Order: sequence, then structure tokens, then C-alpha cells
Amino acid sequence: MNLLLKNREALLVVAILSLVALITLRFPGFVAPANLGRVYNDTSILIILALGQMAVILTRCIDLSMAANLALCGMVAGLINVAFPGVPIPLVVLAVVALGAALGSINGLLVWKLNIPPIVVTLGTLTIFRGSIFLLTGGQWINAHQMSEAFKGLPRADLLGIPALSWFSVLIIAVMFVVMTRTPTGRAFFAVGGNPHAAVYTGIDVGRTRFLAYCLSGALAGFAGYLWVSRYAVAYVDIALGFELDIIAACVIGGISIAGGIGSVPGAVLGALFLGIIKNALPVINTSPFAQMAISGMVIIIAVAVNARAERRKGRVILKKAEAH
Amino acid sequence: MLQDTTTSRMKPAIALEGISKSFPGVHALSEVSLSLYPGSVTALIGENGAGKSTLVKILTGIYQPDGGTIRVDGEEAHFPTASAAARAGVTAIHQETVLFDELSVAENIFLGHAPRTRLGLIDWARMNADARKLLERVGASLDPAIRLRDLGIASKHLVAIARALSIDARVVIMDEPTAALSYKEIHELYELIDRLKADGKAILFISHKFDEIFRIADRYTVFRDGRMVGEGLIAGTTQDDLVRMMVGRDVGQVFPKQEVEIGKPVLTVSGYRHPTEFEDINFELRRGEILGFYGLVGAGRSEFMQSLIGITRPSAGAVRLDDRVLVIRSPAEAIEAGIVYVPEERGRQGAIIGMPIFQNVTLPSLARTSRSGFLRMAEEFRLAREYTSRLDLRAASLDQDVGTLSGGNQQKVVIAKWLATRPKVIILDEPTKGIDIGSKAAVHAFMSELAAQGLSVIMVSSEIPEIMGMSDRVVVMREGRIVGRFERAELSAEKLVRAAAGISETAP
Repeated sequence: MNLLLKNREALLVVAILSLVALITLRFPGFVAPANLGRVYNDTSILIILALGQMAVILTRCIDLSMAANLALCGMVAGLINVAFPGVPIPLVVLAVVALGAALGSINGLLVWKLNIPPIVVTLGTLTIFRGSIFLLTGGQWINAHQMSEAFKGLPRADLLGIPALSWFSVLIIAVMFVVMTRTPTGRAFFAVGGNPHAAVYTGIDVGRTRFLAYCLSGALAGFAGYLWVSRYAVAYVDIALGFELDIIAACVIGGISIAGGIGSVPGAVLGALFLGIIKNALPVINTSPFAQMAISGMVIIIAVAVNARAERRKGRVILKKAEAH
Repeated sequence: MLQDTTTSRMKPAIALEGISKSFPGVHALSEVSLSLYPGSVTALIGENGAGKSTLVKILTGIYQPDGGTIRVDGEEAHFPTASAAARAGVTAIHQETVLFDELSVAENIFLGHAPRTRLGLIDWARMNADARKLLERVGASLDPAIRLRDLGIASKHLVAIARALSIDARVVIMDEPTAALSYKEIHELYELIDRLKADGKAILFISHKFDEIFRIADRYTVFRDGRMVGEGLIAGTTQDDLVRMMVGRDVGQVFPKQEVEIGKPVLTVSGYRHPTEFEDINFELRRGEILGFYGLVGAGRSEFMQSLIGITRPSAGAVRLDDRVLVIRSPAEAIEAGIVYVPEERGRQGAIIGMPIFQNVTLPSLARTSRSGFLRMAEEFRLAREYTSRLDLRAASLDQDVGTLSGGNQQKVVIAKWLATRPKVIILDEPTKGIDIGSKAAVHAFMSELAAQGLSVIMVSSEIPEIMGMSDRVVVMREGRIVGRFERAELSAEKLVRAAAGISETAP
């Protein structure tokens, strides 16, 4: 598996490099370090979200509610800041991370205890979360001038010439890498998605593991909610509308198997970067928004086709063995 | 003497000649022949793994034979697809009926060949009327419009048979049709089979139950290890003859069983019962002992074992391990207590395909290989290396995906995984099913060595040679109950088969 994944990640690196080279032919300024840094910074939130989604997808589930969770948590962060401008920002962040995790735990509980298919659960909570934002605000926006400078300033804060937003995503990547490769819980995500029946016999509680994955994706969505609202300095019902599809696309491009059990942190990060580069570069080389959408869609299908081929080859081997019984 | 009246004058409706089929590492069928005659019931008899299911799959176009010919009415035929077999008039009624729960009875009967109106749409009125007629022919007074899921298993069988009639099947295969039926329903099925015979259908009847075979079949064919070892008229044979043909082979030499000092009782199970799967299970397992659990498929052995390790809850019963009363509510607690279960289906319940070998091995032992919540890879590799090398695993690297290993080596990974938890009791469910001879011998040798080291082993197996070759004592289960206990000295294949199939000692 590792060899295959390494190959797949190497493939992605090659794809990203050739993409960048192609763009540079049309727009030489693209490879300037400052510009590449900007592209990374723009992709940071997608990277954080893709890592949360990855944990869920690894367990053979899906979280369609991440973007709605983000929007709700972002709005709550904004509301706190407007009502109590004196509350330190780290406390606000902590509050929305906890809120996001709580919202994620609702998904997890429904999947675990009531055994409802994940796609149905999160489609339902997606709508509920969005609706809740409207209930909280009556459809009102929170605009830049209502937010405190500290609230808006954190993602832009400069450390060693790199904005804090980028640093946050680097930190999350590092933490997620350790969680996925060095903790029993991370191992359980892979086992549950790889073969839930076998995982049960080894003493892993499949439902509980899925619940934890949803809590994790919820917490990351909550964190991303603050980052989104503070960075774009605006909060309203429809922020990040449809972004869940970008998150899932990043995972799929990154080689995370929708069937569960296969994937890696570097894969998810590269998948998000690939999508981020396309989204950043296409406007620069004057591609129309509609052509952009078509191109993004094509990339996703190509990625799925490549993954499906790799997995089918494996599937055949298993089938042959199953038939021999 | 009896004359072979049914067959001497008739040509077979379908005949298999010299059919062979092999899978990687396994010869499922070698040059078997089978003829089915119109208006006659042929019983196919054999132990689990004798090749019966493979044969049914070849007859119904699901598998392609590697060699041999199929003749329909004397003409050579090929069934490249399931629908080709259906067109030739071959239909199968399986143990678990393969019908569609959400469709109506009539739709199930006519799926794929529904009557059409002139516009090419489904002619519902005619379909329901035809379905009603077919159901009457099989003696079922069912409303064709109700959904199949609302029916019991017996009624579903009747629907399956009505479907067979609707495609004008000439060959009807019944694969253990009575397994899930009540006494009354079984007798209704017998009557139905008599009616199908009168209609001139050729019937292949697969069953482990001898009373059924002698009640319903006209002819028999016995398979053993993928070969046809006998055929003839039921009227000219006895149960003893059939049992001998089924099991008759040299047993004993190939099993590397060591003589082990049997110690004190380690595990005591008393009064274990479950509302639907088993009841009144009592036994003792001693140190160093290999206790065989024999029975037919569906006797409740695996269900009991799964309950013992906390996957399902028993309704009553007590477990003592080393004189301590245990309550096991989850597999994690069973592992903690020192009882591990190596499940039967390697693919579905055993190895995690897509994970490297070492991660598969350490999965139930992560509490031991991690420190303050973090995994220690070096420790994992050490543990995996220790146990896979004891099992003589052939792999290029422990970092390799389990999916790339052969079936036998996958089984070794699964066993290594459980041994690495350092259990007191290890339950092996069909430990050598579907693996090649060489790997089988390695698993048997290792099982013996485990017992010699003082581990207690429960071996669930449906293979008589394995049970006889490896067990110190044998418990036989039938229909969820323990129906026989044998010491090694008094074991015989015939006793086991009789107990498992429910044949009394004095039966003909």
C-alpha cells in the first residue's frame, strides 16, 4: 500500500509541478515566491477542512455538513466579537472549536447510535446548520466595521514574513500527521474503513471510531469558521456555500478512497493544493468562471478514474480469493 | 432386484461430463460427471468443500468450467452467463432465496420476462393473473400483489419455485431448501417436489440430511474432495454406504498432532443460551487441549463463539476463566481477558486489506505497543516480526499490503495477529478453509505447538479429517444444541456424521 500511495503522491507532485509550469508559460509572475506564498495562504482553509474530511472518509463515512458547520461557527465567532469585543480572541477560537466539535458530534451520534447512512445524516445537518444561522441573525450580516481589529488581525499577523493563517494550516497538518500515523485512534480510522467486520473482532468499536472522526472534522470546521470570517471580514448565512464539494474534491484528488481505509495526510494536502492552484491560477490567465468550473470538474473525474483503477486492480485479487472458498 | 427404470429408457435432461474447475491453489472440481433425468430427483451428497456449490455455480452459468462439456438434451451447450443457463431451462433455488424483497410476488416471478402490452409496457393485469395461476400450481394461495418482504421463508421458496415454473425450467436445483423451514413446511415442500417430478422436471437436491434424501430422492451422486466417488439409485443403497462414500479416506497420518499433557480446566461455559441461535451450551476447556466443534453449516457454532467473545449478547449463561467469573460485553474485553476469536471469513472478518502486514498484526495489541497514547513503530515491527516468523510467513517485507499475499499467508497474518495478544484461549473458526495443502499443514503444526505450550484451543471445523486429526475431544452441535461429545479414542467419522445430521444409531 505504501508504495502505491507514495507513487500516487509522487504523481500528484508531478501533476502540480506541471500545472505550475503550464501557468508560468502564460503568466511568468506566478512562480514568484511571494505569489506562491499567497496561493498557499489562500488554500490554507481548504487544507484544514480537507484533513478533517479525510478522517471521516477513511472510516467509510462522509461529512457534507462541514461548510455549513464552518458558516455557523464563523457566525457565532462574529456574534461573540460584536457583543463582547473585549473577549480575548484565543477564547473566541476555543469556543467555536468546541461548538464545531459539538455539531460534529451530532453527526457522529446519529451515525453511531441510530445507524443512519452518513450521507443522509450530514445532508440533514447541513440544512439545519444553515437554517440555524438565519435563526440566530434573522439574515443580518456582520460587516468588517463591526468586528474588532484583533479579531480581523489574527490571520494576517506576520511571523517570519508568513501570515498566521498559513502557520495555522502548517500546525494542523503536523498535528493531523501525528494523529493519523502515530496514535491508536488514527490507526483505528484506517482499520474501520479498510474492513469494518475485521475491525470489530480486534476490539475496535466501529461506531465510536466514526463518532470521533466526526468530532474531529467538526472541530476543524469550527476553527476554519473563525479563520474564514476573520479573513474575509464578513459573516452571513451563505458564506462557504457549496464549499463542502471543494473539500471532498480535494480529498478525492489527494487519493483518499471514498470506499474508506486508504489515504494519507500528504495526499489530502496535495489534493487541496492542486485544487487551490487551479482556482487561483485560472482567473489570472483569463479563464472565464464557467470554464474554471468545467476544468475543476474534469480534474475531479480524472482523479477518481485514476483512483478507481488502482483500487479495482486490488479488488480483483480479493474477489478471486473469495471465490476460491 | 430393482431396475434402473427411470434412466435406462430416458435421456438425461442435462448432463455434465468431465467437468473440472480450479481456483488459485485449489482444485474445486476434477473431472466430475453428473446426469439429471426428467421426472427424477437426484441427491447431491458431500461434505463441506466437496465441490457442490462450485458445481451449482457452473450449472447456473456463474462460473465457467476449465474443462469438460455440458449437454442439454444431448446437445453440447455453453453457459457463458447466468441468463444463458436460465434460457436453457436451468434454475436454482438457494439456501437463502435470491429474490427481491421490495418487489411484489408477481414481479419476482416475472422479473426479466414480464408479459408486455402491444406498446412494450409491462402488462400488469396479465402478469398478476399468470402469477396467480403459477402460485396455484405450487399450492400457494398468495396475493401476487403483496411485497415479498412480508412473506415468510417458506412462502419465499414457493415464489422461487413459481418463478422456476414461469421460465419453463426443466432443471431445478434446490440447494439445501429445507435448512430454514419448519417441519410442516418441509412436508409441503416434499409434496411440491412430487408435483414437479410429475411435471417432468429434472431436480437436483442438495442436502446434508439423510432422512430427507431417502424420503425424496430417486438417485444419488456423492462428491468427495472435488471428485465424483459414487452414484446410483437411492433404493439400492443405505445410509451407511453413503456416509462411507462421503468420508472414506485415509485419516490421521498427515496431522502433526503432538501428545500434550492436558491440564486443569481453563474455560468453563455453563448454561449459555441465545433467544434464536443456540441454547444450553455447557462445556469445559482444559489447559493444553484442542477441543473440536463439529457440525453442519448453520448448526450455531460460529454464532455461539461470537457470543462468547461479546459480539452478540447471550440471554443467559456464565463463563469462568481460571476460576474467575467473567462478564464479556465487547471483543475488546474478551481480548483483555485472554480469549481471542479467529473468524472464519478471512476476507470479510480477518485481514484488513490495504493495511501493511505489521499493522494488521498489531491492531488488537496497540495498547501494549503504544506508550502514553502514541504508537511506537519499532515496537510494532518487533512484535509483528516475532509472531510472523514463528508462523513461517512468506513475505518480502512486513510493510507490504496484506492484500498482496496468498490466501494461506493471509491466514497466517490473521493468526499471528491473535497470538500477539498473548491469549489463554484461542478460538479458530474453520482455520484452514479454502487454503492450500501446504499452508494447511503449517497451520495444523502450529495449532499443535500452541497446545503444547499450554494454550487452550477451540477449533470449529466442518472438515471431518481435520476434526479427527487434531482434536483431543469433540463437541458436536446440531440446530443450536450440543448433541454429542466424544473423546479422541472413540472418534469415528461415521459417529460424527450421524450426530451432526441427526441419524440415530439404529436407523437403516
